[in-house]
Amino acid sequence: MNTPSIFKPISNPDVLLDLRSLSYGKGARQILSNISVQISRGQIVTLIGPNGAGKTTLIKIAMGLLQPHEGQVILDPKLRIGYMPQRLQVEATMPISVARFLLLAPHARKEKIAGVLSEVGATSLLNSRLQDLSGGELQRVLLARALLQDPQLLVLDEPTQGVDLKGQAELYRLITQIRDRHRCGVLMVSHDLHLVMSATDEVICLNQHVCCHGHPEQVSNDPAYLELFGKSGAAAMAVYTHHHNHSHDLTGAVIKGSEQ
Amino acid sequence: MADFIVRALVAGMMLALIAGPLGCFIVWRRMAYFGDTLSHSALLGLALGLLLEINMQLAVVVVCCGLAFVLVMMEKNKSLATDTLLGILAHSALALGLVMLSFTSIQIDLMAYLFGDLLTVSNTELIWIAAGSLLTLTTLLIFWNKLLAISLHQELAQVEGLNVNGLRLLLMIVMALVIAVSMKIVGVLLITSLLIIPPATARHFSSSPEQMAVGASAAGCIAVGGGIAASWYLNTPPGPSIVVISALLFMLSATLRRET
Repeated sequence: MNTPSIFKPISNPDVLLDLRSLSYGKGARQILSNISVQISRGQIVTLIGPNGAGKTTLIKIAMGLLQPHEGQVILDPKLRIGYMPQRLQVEATMPISVARFLLLAPHARKEKIAGVLSEVGATSLLNSRLQDLSGGELQRVLLARALLQDPQLLVLDEPTQGVDLKGQAELYRLITQIRDRHRCGVLMVSHDLHLVMSATDEVICLNQHVCCHGHPEQVSNDPAYLELFGKSGAAAMAVYTHHHNHSHDLTGAVIKGSEQ
Repeated sequence: MADFIVRALVAGMMLALIAGPLGCFIVWRRMAYFGDTLSHSALLGLALGLLLEINMQLAVVVVCCGLAFVLVMMEKNKSLATDTLLGILAHSALALGLVMLSFTSIQIDLMAYLFGDLLTVSNTELIWIAAGSLLTLTTLLIFWNKLLAISLHQELAQVEGLNVNGLRLLLMIVMALVIAVSMKIVGVLLITSLLIIPPATARHFSSSPEQMAVGASAAGCIAVGGGIAASWYLNTPPGPSIVVISALLFMLSATLRRET
């Protein structure tokens, strides 16, 4: 019954991760059934769905943290994955700075840390205590830690949790910029449907099975999507296009080169 | 100074040195209950050693390590690792140890094992303590960064390529070894306090995990020195005296912290 993940190079070099008809259950409860997802280089795939839909379970299977009960996980064994967990709860008893936290990543060096911190617009946080960071700052530091892996695939579990609305839009723009710069694939879990729609190539609406999937505009008009989130809810989360023409770093300064 | 005092000081300080960094992990990972369970089972090891007429230290090490293995399995299966279950394990191990001790014809000083008998440490025991401390301290130093990484975020560490289960088992076995060799010093009922109070004391004055570990070792050494001095001049039992001084240091540090 337990089919192990298959690690092998994929024939199409642009496909980073190929999840084929995955099923997973816990006790008598079926969490995922027959899910297939493919992610290619430079593509942002977003998983949306209500609580308990199995979004986090699916990305854990994709990263090999959980074994699917049925189906296959096909990826290059040398694929570099950068993972940004849902949240980091730092024990109040552990005194640790942002720099030290980033240095814990394998092969991290000081110069590299300065690089990734400036990439996420958080250079000023280098010597801050991890516990003192705001929600948005902590998410940027976690994103920096994921970037330290030189990821070919970024896996982000609710990257904007605990971030205010303005910060959320900025964070999604940052993720898009990172995708453009590194040409990496992005697999992301999100609740912020209206914000994420503009920053994603493919939306997969999950509720233990794939309800619907496709381009953001397509999905937001899909009857299955409308049913899952309710008509009024879906309308409030209509496709969001943002016309901000620059980005800010954490101190509020405009990031150079971000003007469009 | 009398020989037995020198031996007591050396044994106590060696334990304090290793208890500092190990205790930090116990505090950061909230493993205090695991420590209690391991130390209570040490008495069971002692009883087995006497009944089977094998080396007592060895029996204690084997039983503690065996239980450490069971605890890691329980920790993995999170639904089981409740404080209730740990409480049941801890106290039934202690009770079973006491019952089994009553079957042996050999009379032992039970108080010495429950509350420690630092002043009667023999040269042979000193060698056991030295070997145990050196082995565990070296292990912690070698795996320091990896243990730190899994203490911050287990799944992130796993995605970054660390063997999380192996490291957890390693930490639990180090804890079992330290408890086995420190039984003579503070006794099974007080060991956990020596692991937890010094890190809690050092925490207020540390800005990095390493500072906290070194500070905890220092606080532990002061407590050992103070406890033995109290025992010498006031004729108090040395094990409990060490714990009392340790607790006083903690209260002092908490007060100083509030004033700054």
